[in-house]
Amino acid sequence: MTGPAATPGTNAGSAAEAPVMLEVEHLVVEFRSGKERVQAVSDISFEVRTGETLGLVGESGCGKTTTGRALVQVQPATSGSVRFQGQDLGRLSKRELRKTRTRIQMIFQDPISSLNPRRRIRDIVAEPLAIWGTGSAEERAAQVRSMLESVGIDPDTAGDRRPQEFSGGQCQRISIARALMAKPSMLICDEPVSALDVSVQAQILNLLADLKAAFGLTMVFIAHDLAVVKNVSDRVAVMYLGKLVELADSDDLYRSPAHPYTEALMASIPEPDPEHVSTHEPLTGELPSPLNPPSGCRFRTRCPYVQDRCASEEPPLREVSPGHQVACHFPLRQLSPVPERPAATTV
Amino acid sequence: MIRPTAGRGNAGTLHFPDVSDLADPLLEVEDLVTSFRTTRGTVHAVDRVSLTVNRGQTLGVVGESGSGKTVLSRSIMGLLPARDVLRSGTVRFAGHDLTAMEPAQLRQVWGAQLSMIFQDPMTALNPVVRIGRQITESLRLHLKMDRKEATATAIELLRSVGIPSPEQRIRSYPFQLSGGMRQRVMIAIALACAPRLVLADEPTTGLDVTVQAQILDLLAAMQQERHMAVILVTHDLGVVAKRADDIAVMYAGRIVERAPTRTLFAHTRMPYTRALMDSIPRLSDPSGTRLRAIGGRPPDLIHPPTGCRFSPRCPYVQDKCREADPPLRTAGSPDHLFACWFPLVDGVPSGPSGSGQPVTLTTNGAPNNAVEAPAS
Ligand SMILES: Nc1ncnc2c1ncn2[C@@H]1O[C@H](COP(=O)(O)OP(=O)(O)OP(=O)(O)O)[C@@H](O)[C@H]1O
Ligand SMILES: Nc1ncnc2c1ncn2[C@@H]1O[C@H](COP(=O)(O)OP(=O)(O)O)[C@@H](O)[C@H]1O
Ligand code: SF4
Ligand code: SF4
Ligand SMILES: [Mg+2]
Ligand SMILES: [Mg+2]
Repeated sequence: MTGPAATPGTNAGSAAEAPVMLEVEHLVVEFRSGKERVQAVSDISFEVRTGETLGLVGESGCGKTTTGRALVQVQPATSGSVRFQGQDLGRLSKRELRKTRTRIQMIFQDPISSLNPRRRIRDIVAEPLAIWGTGSAEERAAQVRSMLESVGIDPDTAGDRRPQEFSGGQCQRISIARALMAKPSMLICDEPVSALDVSVQAQILNLLADLKAAFGLTMVFIAHDLAVVKNVSDRVAVMYLGKLVELADSDDLYRSPAHPYTEALMASIPEPDPEHVSTHEPLTGELPSPLNPPSGCRFRTRCPYVQDRCASEEPPLREVSPGHQVACHFPLRQLSPVPERPAATTV
Repeated sequence: MIRPTAGRGNAGTLHFPDVSDLADPLLEVEDLVTSFRTTRGTVHAVDRVSLTVNRGQTLGVVGESGSGKTVLSRSIMGLLPARDVLRSGTVRFAGHDLTAMEPAQLRQVWGAQLSMIFQDPMTALNPVVRIGRQITESLRLHLKMDRKEATATAIELLRSVGIPSPEQRIRSYPFQLSGGMRQRVMIAIALACAPRLVLADEPTTGLDVTVQAQILDLLAAMQQERHMAVILVTHDLGVVAKRADDIAVMYAGRIVERAPTRTLFAHTRMPYTRALMDSIPRLSDPSGTRLRAIGGRPPDLIHPPTGCRFSPRCPYVQDKCREADPPLRTAGSPDHLFACWFPLVDGVPSGPSGSGQPVTLTTNGAPNNAVEAPAS
């Protein structure tokens, strides 16, 4: 891959003024099984600006995939809204939605099973064109060739083969090529590297950075490893049991995490350095069941700093510094100074 | 070095001395070769691998997917398909040669002395048997416990690996557990009979980082408590950096570098090891830092490249690398082995190719000889 040496973090400054591409407000997604109701996503709000990469990080089962699926409307929202370029996706007619959906594409965690095993690579990649594209057969074939080349797959040797003949990393390249054929403005990547080993992971992360620059993409990048998420994202949203608990610029989040959960996530990363000393205890226990989430702060059952108030009162998401939000009664970082009260309160 | 081995055909009870009476090394693998005959040709999955593990120690085995880590672990265990496998070399474990054992003898060793934690717990656990029974079976077989005692022990084991309400959980089937819970159950099964050595083949690959940290901490705590040795297999050098005493780096079926962990990180010799380290994203790097990925993929093990097997991907390749196979040898410290003609010194290749100092090299056991100039 010879694309420009994109560095996705460098546009953080300009992205702050860029127009909002995707706006999520009070999103709730519920699953019903029999009499039980599971809230996989519980009232989350965030926005993604044109040209930025927003990372979404959290443990298995916290609702990342469900959020991603709700963004592309494969998963209907129970309440709340998802606005894409100003359009409320939940209010579009089926036809309008299908058209808009091509502009938001999603790639998945398990690269091999997300590709149809019976189809040839060139047909898999051409799928979006077959559905939407006009143009002659030759034009489409040429587009498939050039897309395969830009993801680092040789169209001559690979085009006629089927997914099982490829490694996980190659299958992920192929799913990326397929997603980009629709010429999306936004790409949602759900754990695109979690099933790959570290060397292939590095290749795919670099490829995504190159493609982002080459195709002018806006991205939502979902993963459970904060080091991976931080590498590709301008901003990071940390999710815990269906809620957003912290949202900040990547480097700011790393330098001064404000939520105890973020701090614990950082301590879990296996640093490739025998001399590295972790300053925090990693997490103990499992994610509580979303069937019956803890009262107050959902993290309180595992939080090393828990106090009485955490059980009775849910902490709202609020700003600790410009652009840095946290949902915790006792954030690890001081809140920005509250505007001074009028003199009436002083005697 | 050669100790009496259990002879072929001797299916009697094997004698294993107490851990305290055992001599080091606990495990000694010599020139192990495992190849598979396939319709496409012979797959050279493990090629002349030698390694040792001392009592209570952890050896990390690291390499990309397809480098032969699982085949190596299975070859040590003696868990290979019966047909179309070519193997040679020896595996000496606590004084017994496992490669010379009959299946009946191996079954006495598995679980009781030597056990394995598999990469994918869902396929390694029996899906239609309750997890309690999967643990008690081995306790009854090896430790001759009765049903009641075995059940009580299984509950204690599940509790010790962090499974909440184990009295109820023993009745669960594997699919009713989360990935992390299943891996805990696998650990409980592997540890049930207090083995001396556990082979953990990517025990946390596919689990999320928080669960991974928990599972690795659990394994380390169990190891300490029981003075058990562990071979921890992974593709991620980060996983073994703080957990292994020694690390062996595997590439295309061979060990290409082996050293005590701190030495390996501080004085990396083999460009492949360096490349594996560099490909890991670091939390401390600014967002957007481009990763130094290794181009290409590991070679096809049916037709591995001639000379150094890493040469098609190595940034420092010279003509000599493609012509001759670099032997495993040492430089300076005798416990640091590597296979490279132009080993790194402070991150730059030695010899005329780079700006680094030439290194005085020792072929394993042979006297010093200076590194030759490259052919170019
Ligand atoms: N179709 C469904 N029916 C019922 N519950 C579901 C369904 N899909 C997801 N859930 C539940 O919703 C919660 C969030 O699941 P989701 O797949 O979004 O998590 P995730 O963060 O993507 O986890 P992972 O890291 O394992 O992919 C989980 O408790 C899950 O069991
Ligand atoms: N039963 C088998 N028959 C043929 N080839 C095999 C068999 N098992 C493994 N291999 C091959 O051996 C090589 C090493 O595989 P493996 O040990 O699973 O790698 P790793 O565990 O390092 O990912 C691969 O090329 C794999 O395809
Ligand atoms: S609100 Fe309380 S329990 Fe929740 S993260 Fe903050 S300190 Fe911990
Ligand atoms: S022998 Fe040559 S090709 Fe192989 S690792 Fe060393 S420098 Fe690279
Ligand atoms: Mg998911
Ligand atoms: Mg393996």
